Amino acid sequence: MTVAPAPAAAGGAGTQSPRRRRRPGSLTWPAASLALPFAILFALFFLAPIVYAVIQSFLASRSGGLGLGPPTIGFAGLDNYVQVVTDPDFGAGVARIGLFAIVNIPITIGLALFFALVMDVSSIPFRGLFRVLYFLPYAIPGVVGGILWAFLFSPSLSPYVQLLHAIGAGTVDFLSPHVVLFAIANIVIWNFAGYNMLILTASLNALPPEQFEAARIDGCGRLREALLIKIPQLAPAIVMTVLFAIIGTLQLFNEPLILSLISKSVTTTYTPNLMAYAEAFSNNNAYLASAISVLLAVITAICSAVFLGLTRRRSAS
Amino acid sequence: MTALRAAPPRSRRRAADSVGVPWRVLFVIVLVAFACYFLIPVWWLLVASTKSTGALFSSAGFWFDGFDLGANLRALFAYQDGIFWQWILNTLGYAGLGAALAALFSAAAGYVFAKYRFRARGIAFAVVLGGVMVPANILAIPLYLLFSQVHATNTFWSVFLPGLVSPFGMYLCRIYCEAGVPDELLEAARIDGAGEYRVFFSIVLRLMSPALITVFLFQLVGIWNNVLLPLVMLSDQRTFPVTLGLYNMYASSSSIGAPKDIIALTITGVFVSVVPLVIAFLALQRYWRGGVAVGGVRG
Repeated sequence: MTVAPAPAAAGGAGTQSPRRRRRPGSLTWPAASLALPFAILFALFFLAPIVYAVIQSFLASRSGGLGLGPPTIGFAGLDNYVQVVTDPDFGAGVARIGLFAIVNIPITIGLALFFALVMDVSSIPFRGLFRVLYFLPYAIPGVVGGILWAFLFSPSLSPYVQLLHAIGAGTVDFLSPHVVLFAIANIVIWNFAGYNMLILTASLNALPPEQFEAARIDGCGRLREALLIKIPQLAPAIVMTVLFAIIGTLQLFNEPLILSLISKSVTTTYTPNLMAYAEAFSNNNAYLASAISVLLAVITAICSAVFLGLTRRRSAS
Repeated sequence: MTALRAAPPRSRRRAADSVGVPWRVLFVIVLVAFACYFLIPVWWLLVASTKSTGALFSSAGFWFDGFDLGANLRALFAYQDGIFWQWILNTLGYAGLGAALAALFSAAAGYVFAKYRFRARGIAFAVVLGGVMVPANILAIPLYLLFSQVHATNTFWSVFLPGLVSPFGMYLCRIYCEAGVPDELLEAARIDGAGEYRVFFSIVLRLMSPALITVFLFQLVGIWNNVLLPLVMLSDQRTFPVTLGLYNMYASSSSIGAPKDIIALTITGVFVSVVPLVIAFLALQRYWRGGVAVGGVRG
């Protein structure tokens, strides 16, 4: 990305001409330099790593002839990608992410929508307070929230295990193979439901109020108002929150990383991002790690394209 | 009879204006239940941080047993010669200073994009907008590979510099500047002889301050939330942010045969890092709402 200050030279010619009163909008060097720090940093720490990862993903290290001599680095075509896509662990990780998304996203967005609609009813007491409390977990960093929940899940410390035991539900193991994915989903829901609620609340507040008065005069109750008037108009915002939830799910890392420390069920290839991390650091295969990162970015880009397409259609209509 | 006949319009109005009492009671019960769901972990943390190691494992989780918060805090800040202070300081640098500079750079670039026309402006903006969609976690490993090429990993800069870029902030600042900074004002300042820098630093920045605060907050949370980048970049404990330090403490506490004391230390550390965030969050909540309402874009 470059900020090209092209028309500046043309505008600067002939100081005595009427051009002296600068047209608003044409870029001059001092103004362009204001955008320079952002442009340089963006190029160095956003574009460059992406380009570098793409290049790396097409390379591979091969050992010298007969396993002797230093390994050489050469062009590997799509080998890394083929290796990743055909790796059963990667497939399992993607399937896990898919299951996670199916469980997690409807619950998160459903709860957020429910909260936003209920708190939109003006006669509900303390709704401002509820809103703040529900949003609060978003302020706690993912890792810290993850460690907190890891304590709450750990058999020796968990007050929930104590509680369930006390009411006669037996000893529940939140970290067992079939439960731990839901334990992770719980952390994510706890972290993000309130945030999504606020996005939907903001869209609700932006709806024109006259239609609600008209509906009420026609005898429309609050429930029908929510189902028939509000939810359809919130659809674009809901689509947006769902897409961001998908993007967030694709890069799931912090929570499984933390639970992998206390649960044998969470392996180093539990999610694609964990797998990339393991490839880069445990297996020292930067090329394969790059291929995984690029694949993830491509999948994310596809989701973003869908998102952009939807918003464009929305603004066109 | 007449009373009943007179009643319907009023009661219908009331019913339509609000939710019936039974529904309201039900909703409040549900909302209180969820409030418990969201708050109980924080409550447990508060209680647990006041317990000695012994009490932690022998008492009921949701209630106090002795009060050893002071001792826990002393132990935490004495841990490995007070490394926790270093982590706090590092976090202020990475997240605090980083987010402040990111907000400033975003505002400057957003202003240029909002108020000037230049070649490739559309494409450049589209590229930045694409950047909004790229999750930080996906960039971390490529960034590590890049930094290791120039032997710059395991330095303060390797985590600090990537945090200075906020495509989302630039996007938000551009929108805000287009709507909130009048062209006439800029033109008047220029006619009065103010240079570009003067116009930006003394007029535009001031007008954009609500957007700046919002970008600052989002970037602060973004940097502070991103543990993968410091995890891959840093190996020297003295360069860690609090999050990575706590992760390491937690990792050593959960390894087999670890002394139980470190669990109490980790819990206290988590508590110490959550409290200021919660306070800052409550104090600044109107800026949060503003950011969510304007941007609504951020995974």
